[in-house]
Amino acid sequence: MWTYVVRRLLYNVPVYLGIIALMMAMLRVRNPVMMFLGKSATEEQIADLTERIGLARPFFFQYLEFLGQVFTLNFSQESWQQPGKTVGDLLSDAIVPTLWITVPSLIITAGIAIAVGLVSAFFRGRALDKSLVLVATLGMCISYLVYIIFGQYFGAYKLNDALAGEGPFDGKLFAIESWEPGFPGNWIHFCLLPVIINVVVAMGYDTRFYRAVMVEESTRDYITTAKAKGASKRKVMFVHMLKNAMIPIITRVMTTLPFLFVGSVLLESYFNIPGMGRELLTAINELDFPVTQTFTAVFAALFIVTNVLTDVLYALVDPRVRLS
Amino acid sequence: MTTPTPILRVENLTTSFRTDDGVVTAVDDVSFNVWPGESLAIVGESGCGKTVTSKSVMRLLPEYTSMIAPESKILFGGVDLAHADERTMRSIRGAKIAMIFQEPMTSLNPVFTVGWQLDEALRYHTSLSRKGRRERAIEMLRLVEIPNPEQRVDEYPHQLSGGMRQRVMIAIALCCEPDILVADEPTTALDVTIQAQILHLMEDLKKKLNTAVMLITHDLGVVAQVCDRVIVMYAGRVIEKGTVREIFHSPQHPYTKALLDSIPKAGRREHGKRLPTIEGIVPSLDDLPEGCRFEARCPLAEKRCADEEPDIVPHAFTERPVRCHFPLNQT
Repeated sequence: MWTYVVRRLLYNVPVYLGIIALMMAMLRVRNPVMMFLGKSATEEQIADLTERIGLARPFFFQYLEFLGQVFTLNFSQESWQQPGKTVGDLLSDAIVPTLWITVPSLIITAGIAIAVGLVSAFFRGRALDKSLVLVATLGMCISYLVYIIFGQYFGAYKLNDALAGEGPFDGKLFAIESWEPGFPGNWIHFCLLPVIINVVVAMGYDTRFYRAVMVEESTRDYITTAKAKGASKRKVMFVHMLKNAMIPIITRVMTTLPFLFVGSVLLESYFNIPGMGRELLTAINELDFPVTQTFTAVFAALFIVTNVLTDVLYALVDPRVRLS
Repeated sequence: MTTPTPILRVENLTTSFRTDDGVVTAVDDVSFNVWPGESLAIVGESGCGKTVTSKSVMRLLPEYTSMIAPESKILFGGVDLAHADERTMRSIRGAKIAMIFQEPMTSLNPVFTVGWQLDEALRYHTSLSRKGRRERAIEMLRLVEIPNPEQRVDEYPHQLSGGMRQRVMIAIALCCEPDILVADEPTTALDVTIQAQILHLMEDLKKKLNTAVMLITHDLGVVAQVCDRVIVMYAGRVIEKGTVREIFHSPQHPYTKALLDSIPKAGRREHGKRLPTIEGIVPSLDDLPEGCRFEARCPLAEKRCADEEPDIVPHAFTERPVRCHFPLNQT
């Protein structure tokens, strides 16, 4: 088991090295210092910034130095756009609001979608299943933006009007601006509405996916064997089927894990949440070279780690994986 | 001496499916008995209804798309399985009537150990302790001649070969000592030497445990080897019944004869001659002919065959049931 984990990790090292090399090269296609300072920059300013990020040195040295920084988690480079703040400060500031939204979203979505998928598969072909599939498909057909705009309109504007003068926030149950940490009051105020929108958006896709997984598992031969042994429907469903369905379920959940940290650029922009997605987008727009480079490297690392984690979870669930 | 009574009596079993093209009857008015300790073969081509018959007995057909006609009876131990509730069926499946399937590679659950899967059946149907169940599981594995049962019991299905997996399936099926073992093409997916071993094992265990076997197969060679009595099915109907000797030596239905003729015979070299086949295909179940269902393919068909479906009646000469207007061996 441990050799399997180590091997998975080692496989991913070259992948990560490649990503970083590619990313760094792309960021240097046009001189980032010149882009940031613009035409009116003085020789002195240019020389200063070039020196600070070591742009004059051979690419290979820059690559090694940056890798060193990433692997030692040294994020002390200063942001160009927000002088006085290091990249590390920005990361730790942005991660909290993002996680406050994405973690509950993921848990609620997965929980509800798996349950609905199971119910749907259990009643396959009957009225309940058909209506669930219809609702899920309808839900998928509507754009993310529509959910955000209507969510804000009804959830913040209309609902707040209706509640005016009541409750702890003076009727403003859901905010769509500014950000203050705090649980549970402030969480409901700032995060609940985006979380609900997130869940609703993902629900259609996930429900259909999990239903398909369950339906496929329910046609397998071992299901008939289990029934022929005298297992009850519940046992067949929750013991035999669910454990086999865990493989696609884990994949699905794990592939969404990196977005836990990356957050949703759209949602964070619309709700003015200072999270990771919005922060990276701002850095790119403002040509903030150190922030862009480090954020991208961190995101890539998160993808790789969740990939390895997925493989490890596979091995825990599926005995066939452990040996190969 | 008391007169022996059949352990299972299937009477007028009619099973239909709801499909997009309407209701299709896959098994039509099938009746037969299973006697204690005997081996009964149900033979026929693909799609003739033999698997549906066996799954009807176990009530393993999809709940909302299949139905067993109200006049059908499947009598077992004083209970009519055709219309028994799920709770009753659960207490019978695996305990009194057990089943093994065609595909040993996929019939076992890949994510549980062999021991767990044996244990499951014992958990449902016996009051053995955890320890007792494990001992029983190992004992069963030993009975089906799996080497190192103490070690194998903790292995996963993918660590076993196809033949071993079918042995495990047999162990699971027999661990609660059922009265009837329903074997649906148990050797079709195995290669010939393993087939012989598995058949031999089933024969052996049947005698040891006095279990009746209902063998569903299209392989007449297998039937000749292990069975006592045979039911031949065609397009959802029983067309002939008899002992193995009777069926093989004096087939009465032209279909049975044609089936036997299309078996390659070892030792008899007929240079340049093609193996006889049955021309045509089985009629589609949603578009059955009015007359005899075999009429279109029958070399002996006459006008009456196309107009009127024969009943299954005792043969004029042998008194053995056959569904044909003009059965063979009339003289």
